[in-house]
Amino acid sequence: MSTIAPERGVPAPRVLVTKPRRSDQFFRVVVTLGGLTSLLILGLILIFLAYRGVEVIRMEGFALITSSDWSVVEDESGNVVSQSYGLAAMLVGTILSASIAIAIGVPIAVLSALFLEFYAGKKIRGFLVSLVDLMAAFPSILFGLWGFLVMMPSAEYWAKLLNKYFGWIPIFDVPAPVFTRSPFIAGVVLAIMIIPICTSISREVFSQTPLDRIQAAYALGATRLSMIRAVVIPFGRSGVVGGAMLGLGRAMGETVAVYTVLNIVYQVNWQMLFGAGGNIASLILLKIGEADREETNALMAAGLVLFVLTLVINSLANLLVGRLGKTGR
Amino acid sequence: MTTVEMRQVETAKPGRPWRATPRERAFAIGNFIAAFLLAFVLVKFTGLNGKLGWVFGFFFSYISISFVAEYVRSGKPAAQDSLLTSVSRFAVFIAIIPIASILGTVISKGWRGLHWGLFTQDMSQATVNDPITNGGMLAAIVGTFIMVGLALVFTLPISILTALYLTEIRGKFSGAIRFLVQAMSGVPSIVAGLFILSSIVYPVTQQYSGLMGALALSILMIPTVARTAEEVLLLIPNELREAGLALGATQWRTVAMVVVPAVKSGLVTAIILGVARVIGETAPLLLVSGGGDATNFNPVSGPMGSIPYYVWKSFLLGGTEESSQRTWAGLLVLLIWVMLLFAIARYISSRTKKG
Repeated sequence: MSTIAPERGVPAPRVLVTKPRRSDQFFRVVVTLGGLTSLLILGLILIFLAYRGVEVIRMEGFALITSSDWSVVEDESGNVVSQSYGLAAMLVGTILSASIAIAIGVPIAVLSALFLEFYAGKKIRGFLVSLVDLMAAFPSILFGLWGFLVMMPSAEYWAKLLNKYFGWIPIFDVPAPVFTRSPFIAGVVLAIMIIPICTSISREVFSQTPLDRIQAAYALGATRLSMIRAVVIPFGRSGVVGGAMLGLGRAMGETVAVYTVLNIVYQVNWQMLFGAGGNIASLILLKIGEADREETNALMAAGLVLFVLTLVINSLANLLVGRLGKTGR
Repeated sequence: MTTVEMRQVETAKPGRPWRATPRERAFAIGNFIAAFLLAFVLVKFTGLNGKLGWVFGFFFSYISISFVAEYVRSGKPAAQDSLLTSVSRFAVFIAIIPIASILGTVISKGWRGLHWGLFTQDMSQATVNDPITNGGMLAAIVGTFIMVGLALVFTLPISILTALYLTEIRGKFSGAIRFLVQAMSGVPSIVAGLFILSSIVYPVTQQYSGLMGALALSILMIPTVARTAEEVLLLIPNELREAGLALGATQWRTVAMVVVPAVKSGLVTAIILGVARVIGETAPLLLVSGGGDATNFNPVSGPMGSIPYYVWKSFLLGGTEESSQRTWAGLLVLLIWVMLLFAIARYISSRTKKG
């Protein structure tokens, strides 16, 4: 029926391009820039702390992390006569209290995660999971003050008990009977702080165990224990280690909760029940108020050391946790 | 008729083999009682004492008694299995003790310090050792609101853009940025404070203010909000995006008109979790916010108080009954805020899961 001549009626084919519109290009640029902000912030932190601290780092060299003498000596008119900034005692204190936290907290967290995932009934699980998540949201000042005012007396009692029966092992020995504000007590407070985090990460890892393997193990007559040993642990091992390291990073960077329960003493102390130690973050909090220009720079260098330390540990942890899931948690 | 009757005779009564038989129940109760008795003996005759001593004594006895009993009854594998059961129960119990203790202490010690003046007065006319009715937390509450609000203003665009980059654009930096955001969530809070101190306070403004506090808080807030936002964006079905594009929308229109409205409640959850993350943050505020006692509505100049700062100050400077009451009351107010935010986040996310 059509009488229209083909050369007039058929429109020219539309030009299809894969190039996005200008509005989309703009959108992509804006979003990409927004996404790169985290890189920018981390980079700026590194640059500014290094810029402030470089003088002290150059002055002290390796003594910054090997010497444990932190002192500024002034004469009567307030001129600085001599100064030395060594972080060894604080580094040892940081590592010691964080390791104690891991040693106490991680077994409890992993076992709790196993209980919540494989033993608890549905109702109890829901209740306990929200309780643990709530605790993960508690601010650190709450743990710090509770630790100092409520927990320290009873932790001191346990420390004395440990010292009484295991005092012959060097790390449980004390040079003087001072049990308050020791790395052990700081470690217990930090353990309580990291238990919720480690529990929820481990639980998440365990919940990703393939169900068919679990059922296969049960069908072969496994008990819960042998099922967990044969299926869950091999599957979740790297995730649990990663979760523990995230906890370690958190424990190392903690400020307020450690400040209240750990004495700052500029002397390397490996005896965990003895009330002497310190950690880098609480040193910064203690000194920043009264520091002069030079000491402030030294504190910036200390902050840099702490930042790099936690960054390395967290990155390793994330690699380990992420190796397991596809969704990249 | 006969066949029906026959069938009725043959049908077995439905059983519940997974339920514990009376014998098994008696066995479990027996274990429990025996463990209790052993714990009594332990507390009586060894160095253990106090509530915690009882708890540990009881669990130690329970673990060993149930192990031995299972061993005698059903052999080694069953005994090992029961060992894991009782040890993991013990672990959960230990994990719960501090939560219960913290909640109990803060509520029982804090409520006595609560009074209306807390929300209408500030500390400019009072010291921490004054009677509890003098002065209050007005400055602290106002300061926390302003700083957290400002931090939210800085955080929100950055974290939503980051999450959109990770889920919508999926460019070549995706892996790296996801990694960096996770690394950023591990930045110690005091380092965030030091960074603001070294980059802005010392070289530029030369004074402590609420704005500096807000900047430090937003560094800690970005990773939480960005990660939660990414998680909710990943839950959006791809069909929705494809439908938008198929209708001829450009990508940015699809994101703005389809994707973001669909995750609105998820984004609210992300914001609430971010606020809960920073509302009790103490260390960076001690470094950069100045912590004034007078109510200050101006974030750009003058020191600004905050709830954690108020608690910290009453704790450090005090030593009397009044200051301790102030500390606990401040902690209680903080705890109520955290729990409120947590409950709202829970409520929203449970509602979206159902819908």
